[in-house]
Amino acid sequence: MKKLALYLMIAIAAAACASHEQRTEPQVTDKSTGVTPPRSTTGSNTVNPTNPNAALTGNELHSGVLAKRSVYFDFDSNSVKDEYRGLIQAHSRYLNDHRDSHIRIEGNCDERGSREYNLALGQRRAEAVKKIMTVLGVNDGSIETVSYGEEKPVAQGHDENAWAQNRRADIKYRGE
Amino acid sequence: MKRVFAALGLLLFALAAHAQLTIDITTSGGRQIPIAVVAMAGEASQPQSVSDVVGADLSRTGLFRLVNTSGVTPLPTEPSEVNFGDWTARTAEALVIGKIEPSADGRVEVRFRLFDVVKQSQLASFSYVVAPAQLRATAHRIADVIYEKLTGDKGVFSTKITYVVKRGTRYELQVADADGFNAQSVLASNEPIMSPTWSPDGSRIAYVSFDQKKPIVVVQNLAQGTTRIVAQYRGNNSAPAWSPDGKWLAVALSKDGLTQIYRIPAGGGQVERLTDSSGIDTQPNYSPDGQTIAFTSDRGGSPQVYKMPANGGAPQRLTFEGSYNVGPRYSPDGKYIAYVQRDAGRYRIASMELATGQFQVLTDGTLDDSPTYAPNGKMVLYEASVGGRGQLAAVSGDGRVRQRLTSAAGDVQDPSWGPLPTN
Repeated sequence: MKKLALYLMIAIAAAACASHEQRTEPQVTDKSTGVTPPRSTTGSNTVNPTNPNAALTGNELHSGVLAKRSVYFDFDSNSVKDEYRGLIQAHSRYLNDHRDSHIRIEGNCDERGSREYNLALGQRRAEAVKKIMTVLGVNDGSIETVSYGEEKPVAQGHDENAWAQNRRADIKYRGE
Repeated sequence: MKRVFAALGLLLFALAAHAQLTIDITTSGGRQIPIAVVAMAGEASQPQSVSDVVGADLSRTGLFRLVNTSGVTPLPTEPSEVNFGDWTARTAEALVIGKIEPSADGRVEVRFRLFDVVKQSQLASFSYVVAPAQLRATAHRIADVIYEKLTGDKGVFSTKITYVVKRGTRYELQVADADGFNAQSVLASNEPIMSPTWSPDGSRIAYVSFDQKKPIVVVQNLAQGTTRIVAQYRGNNSAPAWSPDGKWLAVALSKDGLTQIYRIPAGGGQVERLTDSSGIDTQPNYSPDGQTIAFTSDRGGSPQVYKMPANGGAPQRLTFEGSYNVGPRYSPDGKYIAYVQRDAGRYRIASMELATGQFQVLTDGTLDDSPTYAPNGKMVLYEASVGGRGQLAAVSGDGRVRQRLTSAAGDVQDPSWGPLPTN
């Protein structure tokens, strides 16, 4: 009886998180530096305007600077470091060019401190990234900010190396 | 044994849990009352020894010392058999005797008596007619009576606790007796579960679920196994806190930007914003009289504990020492708050007397979190980090008695101590 319930639960959970796997490898990008993302100055004519998700099945979001999805933070800080401006600008441009696209920015914290306060801190990190994007013209309604607090560390250790990887905001596109 | 109690939808699994919590006293201080708890007549043939559980309950508080009963012959089970000289010779100040006899329809009658050995008088006498399977619960009720007679405070041996167990990527919300026995899983998920908290009547638990890939607030009815989503607004929904009358849930929502505190009628209805700051406001907790909400806010630059009227209004800062004081919980008498404070990179549980602002650091861990008062206010249960693993621990309100509740496997997180039974 217990096994049955367990399998059932795993099956439900697996169905529920089917699109959630690539989050754990935010660093998989090509190593070419100074990539200038393809700049579309003419709006949505580079993709099928009736099916904005068509772009998501292609490679545009999974190569170049758009494949970079993670912004890392210092301890106790929600200020976005200059090295992530390019990444945020690229995603802002993409969202401005694809007005039907929606993203979720997921804030995360290291394990130190109180869980509920960390949840709010992670949300503030996500909000800090969103704020830059809206200044760059992205619709407020295209971005939801949420937080996992300290609940979903990508690095399991209990040292600064692990903590640095866990102080993070991840950009996720709807439909991915 | 491993029965599925309910399977209504995604959230409702109630599996008998594998892991019991084992409680050890790590420190005790102050004078202990020497008490002799004599084996009850007839308990050897029962599935559960009542006197063993009574003795363990009392001993665990750190307030009692169990007096050796061996060598007294015959061991008394009736008042007429008590020779007080036997017990004064063993320095016992209190004596517990009793017997268990078969009753009608397979039930048993448990009768116990508590004596003041010094005054040679009877302090209490009760009898209970119960099913043999209820003997453990009956022993807790007996320990409650003894504790209250001898200390003047309510016993909490018949209460329940809830907490989250994390094993790998699997999370379970468990409910157990206050001594860690009878752990039951009331919810299982492959996504995090956070911040469980008992309704004032003990019938429901509000918690934060991530099953929808973001934090939402859910209330689960324990007897019925039903769940209801009370907050799933845009952004984060977390930190549920019941008003003492059970009518409201204060929650932390980020639907309007940064996390702020709102309240929602527990039965459903319109959400109402209570705080309006440019920082983070979270971790609300109602005072026992329902008039005030204590909460965490970093509106002043660093996270500190504030309080405000329960329907919103001007906040007042309560903590001033240090740069990190979060997660306040009122003591049941409303005179103290327990909270998490950071000092030199260590996170510990402190308590503050509200009338004076005097505070005391109660714990000595490195990553202590989630304090929750026992309903008699005598102990604070919290989450400690031991070797990188979450484990539950408890400390007396004066910091002198410490207990560790160890679990065989997994991280144990986010405890909440349930209310006193209503009967």
